[in-house]
Amino acid sequence: MVIGSGPIVIGQAAEFDYSGSQACKALREEGYIVILVNSNPATIMTDTDMADVVYVEPLNVQTLSKIIRKEKPDGLLPTMGGQTGLNLAKALNDSGVLKEVGVKILGTPMNSIEKGEDRELFKNLMEEIGEPVPKGAAIKSLEEARKFVNDVGFPVIVRPAYTLGGTGGGIAFDEKDLVEKVTFGLRLSPINQILIEEAILGINEWGEFELEVMRDGNDNCIVICPMENVDPMGIHTGESIVVAPTQALNDHDFQTLRSSAIKIIRALGVEGGCNIQFGFNYSTGEYRIIEVNPRVSRSSALASKATGYPIARIAAKIAIGMTLDEIPNDVTKETTACFEPTIDYVVVKIPRWPFDKFRTAEKWIGTQMKSTGETMAIGRTFEEALQKAVRSLEIGRKGLGFDGKRAKVDDLEKEFRNPTNERIFAILEGFGRGYSIDMIRRISGISPWFLQKMKNIYDFGNNMMFTKEDIIKAKRMGFCDAQIAHILNKKEDEIRKFRIDNKIIPTYKMVDTCAAEFRAQTPYLYSTYEKEDESNPSDREKIMIIGGGPIRIGQGIEFDYCCVHSVFALREMGVEAIIVNNNPETVSTDFDTSDKLYFEPLAFEDVLNIIEREKPKGVILQFGGQTPLNLAMKLYEKGINILGTHPLNVDIAEDREKFSVILNELKIPQAEFGLATSVEEAKKIVKKIGYPVLVRPSYVLGGRAMQIVYEEKDLISYMQEAVEISPEHPVLIDRFLDHATEIDVDAICDGDDVFVAAIMEHIEEAGIHSGDSTCVIPPQNLSNDIKNKIIEHTTKLAKALHVIGLLNIQYAVQKGEVYIIEANPRASRTVPYVSKTINVPLAKVATRIMMGKKLKELGLTEYREPGYVSVKKPIFPFLKLTGVDPILSPEMKSTGEVMGIDVDFPRAFYKAESSIYNDLPLKGNVLIAVSKRKNKEDFVQLSKELSEAGFRIFATEGTQKFFQEKGITATAVPKVREDPKIIDMIRNKELNLIINVPGSPTPGADGFSIRRAAVENNVPYIVTLEAAIASVKAINALKTGEIMTKSLQEYYADDKK
Amino acid sequence: MYAILALKDGTIFKGKGFGSPSEAAAEVVFNTSLVGYEESLTDPSYRGQILCLTYPLIGNYGVRRGLFESDRIQVEGFVVREMNTFNYHRNSIKDINTFLEEHSIPGICEIDTRLLTKKIREQGVMNGALLVSKNEITDDDIARIKNKATSLDSISGIDLLKNLGVNEPKLLKAQDAKATIALVDLGVKMSIVRNLLNKGLNVLMIPGTTKPDQFEDYRKEYRIKGLFISNGPGDPENATDAIKLVREMQSELPIAGICFGNQIIGLAMGGKTYKLKFGHRGANQPVQDIRTKKVYITSQNHGFAVDNNSLEGTGMEVSMINLNDNSVEGMKHKNLPIQSVQFHPEANPGPWDCIGWFDEIKRMFIR
Repeated sequence: MVIGSGPIVIGQAAEFDYSGSQACKALREEGYIVILVNSNPATIMTDTDMADVVYVEPLNVQTLSKIIRKEKPDGLLPTMGGQTGLNLAKALNDSGVLKEVGVKILGTPMNSIEKGEDRELFKNLMEEIGEPVPKGAAIKSLEEARKFVNDVGFPVIVRPAYTLGGTGGGIAFDEKDLVEKVTFGLRLSPINQILIEEAILGINEWGEFELEVMRDGNDNCIVICPMENVDPMGIHTGESIVVAPTQALNDHDFQTLRSSAIKIIRALGVEGGCNIQFGFNYSTGEYRIIEVNPRVSRSSALASKATGYPIARIAAKIAIGMTLDEIPNDVTKETTACFEPTIDYVVVKIPRWPFDKFRTAEKWIGTQMKSTGETMAIGRTFEEALQKAVRSLEIGRKGLGFDGKRAKVDDLEKEFRNPTNERIFAILEGFGRGYSIDMIRRISGISPWFLQKMKNIYDFGNNMMFTKEDIIKAKRMGFCDAQIAHILNKKEDEIRKFRIDNKIIPTYKMVDTCAAEFRAQTPYLYSTYEKEDESNPSDREKIMIIGGGPIRIGQGIEFDYCCVHSVFALREMGVEAIIVNNNPETVSTDFDTSDKLYFEPLAFEDVLNIIEREKPKGVILQFGGQTPLNLAMKLYEKGINILGTHPLNVDIAEDREKFSVILNELKIPQAEFGLATSVEEAKKIVKKIGYPVLVRPSYVLGGRAMQIVYEEKDLISYMQEAVEISPEHPVLIDRFLDHATEIDVDAICDGDDVFVAAIMEHIEEAGIHSGDSTCVIPPQNLSNDIKNKIIEHTTKLAKALHVIGLLNIQYAVQKGEVYIIEANPRASRTVPYVSKTINVPLAKVATRIMMGKKLKELGLTEYREPGYVSVKKPIFPFLKLTGVDPILSPEMKSTGEVMGIDVDFPRAFYKAESSIYNDLPLKGNVLIAVSKRKNKEDFVQLSKELSEAGFRIFATEGTQKFFQEKGITATAVPKVREDPKIIDMIRNKELNLIINVPGSPTPGADGFSIRRAAVENNVPYIVTLEAAIASVKAINALKTGEIMTKSLQEYYADDKK
Repeated sequence: MYAILALKDGTIFKGKGFGSPSEAAAEVVFNTSLVGYEESLTDPSYRGQILCLTYPLIGNYGVRRGLFESDRIQVEGFVVREMNTFNYHRNSIKDINTFLEEHSIPGICEIDTRLLTKKIREQGVMNGALLVSKNEITDDDIARIKNKATSLDSISGIDLLKNLGVNEPKLLKAQDAKATIALVDLGVKMSIVRNLLNKGLNVLMIPGTTKPDQFEDYRKEYRIKGLFISNGPGDPENATDAIKLVREMQSELPIAGICFGNQIIGLAMGGKTYKLKFGHRGANQPVQDIRTKKVYITSQNHGFAVDNNSLEGTGMEVSMINLNDNSVEGMKHKNLPIQSVQFHPEANPGPWDCIGWFDEIKRMFIR
């Protein structure tokens, strides 16, 4: 059995799908039957051809115990599913179920895991073997924390035990910080334990280093990849810019850390992979062991992609007792896995933060993870790798600078000291304002070596001339044509032409684990400007797929899933599949997923260069989300064959005015709308169509800056803010269809026929971003008439847009009328969920269609509803992002999703809630707090049901009175602003469920503090009426019968009968 | 400065020069270590070779004061992708460019070192010539350097041992010495000597040309308890005196050796050596103990190896092999106290996995 990591959350992203999928493949190769459990449908590992038995079920002890008793696995591999998988394995072990069924824990033994995870045990072990750790103590109360600080002094680092990605951690500089962080941390830790320790910080010359180590059962140990963090100690490694290999260590320093790492992995008894983080003092050469992760991790995914060494795959083989020397090196095919990879390039990883979505979130980066994803770039110089990595971030920057943009910071020194996501850009500006390397280093703690490299970029950018020599130099430093054009005041195309005329074109070099010592068999390439090109394009028919880049809100793992499926489909058809992507966490960038992998930025220039080198028959853009779609018109203008829906038709769908014309022709209803470029225009439009309106910039990704506006004052403030966000595109104003049911449809069209794969009914009313809504297949409340209308509209529109491949349409159903909200002729984020629910791999089918197959040939024509119910539910990063109100709005906020599947809606809904760790209670105290603006009448029925189900109801005074009139007994609690009793009750876990529904997009402070308290104290909470109603149904269903577990294979087989 | 590197096969690399404006002609080899250029440059086993590092950024941590593998840069020329004069390390006292300049060694950078590495991998190590000049490279220069590369003798034909190692016996004393051993200095890496001293062994460094009768005198005078054959450059068959010495002493004294020393012991005991296609040079070489199946990651720098098949009947047995190509990495005699390794247990640069080997030979010497 392999346990996955659940939904994508901050601190646990696609890397665990990558590691889990590798593990499944590695185990099945050796003849094992794999039982896979994960609640996240958007994963390759949960494909029914990746594991023999796949459970998409909540990841909790109860469910897993059931599965274990049912499947009776021989072994459990706990180290592939991140912290979630590890914690679950520990809990399963503690509960005795493993012993009961006779399940062996594979790989690293449980007591090793505990020694690595439990701060106190770990510290003791380090002291035993003489390895230095920061002075610290595991404490369980504030008093103990104070006592420790009395001895060691401020600043101190506070870290709760057993939490994901350092949730709740932070540095305390004074008494006030200490009280706050310790109290919060104690609450978050599942075992109410905190590690408090001396703060080892960059300003004291402490750099951060990481080593990925592997060990097998015969005690063979190897170090896969040494990495150095650009951001020094004090910033979580997941939040740091990381470089591989280390740059500032000499042989003695490096061997010191390497030997220490091996000593530790031996002392722990790890059998598999392990990540060890070191603090290393640049000025004294001392080191400290900071942390150990006795499992595959985000860092091991990075190390795998940085070196070509498949850590998870090898760790899985070790777990079943193989030794490193028995495992072949799949990259070279002639050597074994028992060696240390070496590289002849530089790798830079940069985290991707979601602050563009969360404008109110605190942007400081520190010991707690806030980034949602990351990007990696490879170059032959540090400058090149760094600039390519920045370009890959998809934040509108072309490189470290020289792109006409500025760092979004007010105070440079403050930024150096307390960084946000903008620090590297601020450093470049700092050089411009006369800050020396030494000054910046003293404030920021960043190693001068890195600062000098950034300065090289700054100096060169300021002095370059329009000569062949300088252009070569610029390219070798990672400047893109757009930056060069900006510097030289030319057009990007002119630079490109000059380059090509002068034969300054990129060469592609291989990532081969061995720095060319042996011949590599798996083509994994990156661009650089050198003499020899190793890309060696084949003569086969080939198709290039452009990936989605770093995981961010609105552009999640779903798109990587689609890209991978497209690759699989092409390979099954015997076509060479080439993938271009820059996300080191993903399956798409695994060495054996595609026929050929280019690890590159997804900017126009970088992609076009590869196309010109490979000359593929066609390029597929519709699977990677918005990133590749943004390239469509430019590539089309260059005469590139874009497979699938024609870019001009994509443009029609995205251009609201052109789209409206088509809808009118097809007689498909739409909400009234208008386009405004000024406040005045906006007012005029709204006068015509009336409030409420939905406003957004005309080109959107994940509903960025989308808002429902109820009154003029909000309209004016929005217009001012939004126009600033996107000056080149007008603002779109739609009449907002209130109290409408929102529908998502995924369909495939081959030009002649249309296959409606699924109609998804949203639980929440229209107005909440579709990516943030809970939805259900099949629809629960739609008449056949409505469904037929939806199918009819979808079919008409798909044909009118000449869609080839996937199409996603959002509808709003209001008073029996079906309005179209928007249509996207590309893969939507629901594709994996739909594919898993209906057992049709949509992205694969779409790929075959793009390659000329017909739906009829594939037997896909009729819309069909499954005999079970599947609920998709998003998960939100509210806990990590302090200052953000945990409510739903037209702007997307979720990082990932889960699927709950069962015989009926209430059960599937319950499972989905469980899967996002919002375990609905079956009894206890429930708080119902409803905004004045909401119709309290709507809450009567559900309150009655809760009361009948035995819940004790608490309500704010107004609501309580209202309930009383309706004959519902409720206990009154004062408003928060009068008395914080509610907050205390939440903190003390006296409330088991919070139903708190805000009345407007800018709710008052009371609701905010209740919702934040619920989030921060892990109390289940619900913020919409519809979800509350569904929850009550779920609770009632659960009270009447136990929840069953069933594998996808079983669901599919039963459904066929 | 300007620079070109010519290979015997006619390839010309044009790059930027650094270090000393001068010329070198030698065998071109590559090393895949990520760190350790200070140690590699001063390793006498690189005598007669132009060294190319595959890791592209070199010079990052400068050059320290203190303990190198010998008192000078031993490589004939240095090839890197990017030479960084800006460096940051607490022990750095100068940059890499200055270091090469001080030792009059030419260096070339800004060339496609991966292409160079692949050529060596595919065609085997080959001779090359390097020119670093303050003036622009002329066509005449190119022709001359090309010619130099093609006309150079193979490394086996060059007497690299001349002027290498001590000229006369030199005794280095250990603290709390347990015994004294003689070390045949064919260009020993100082880390080997330091390790022996650390194990409580006095080390009498003797010239590589020491004859058996001369050795008998030292043996008596210093009460020698063992013989150690050092690493060294080039073809082991050229070390005729050392081979003879081992042959004579095989039943008399415990004998150990590292790298070149391993090959010499192999030859002395009746085995054969051969030239590897492109050698083993790096810090990531997996070596497996045949008995325990345990694998160690080792540092290596050698172009020749002992022929496994030639050991039959010599009394020597292979104790360790290289996992990449199954070549001989360690030998032990069936009955006699003779053992040697092909890799570098002393590391510097490289992993410390096999540092325990010195304990093993200490036990052999102090029985």
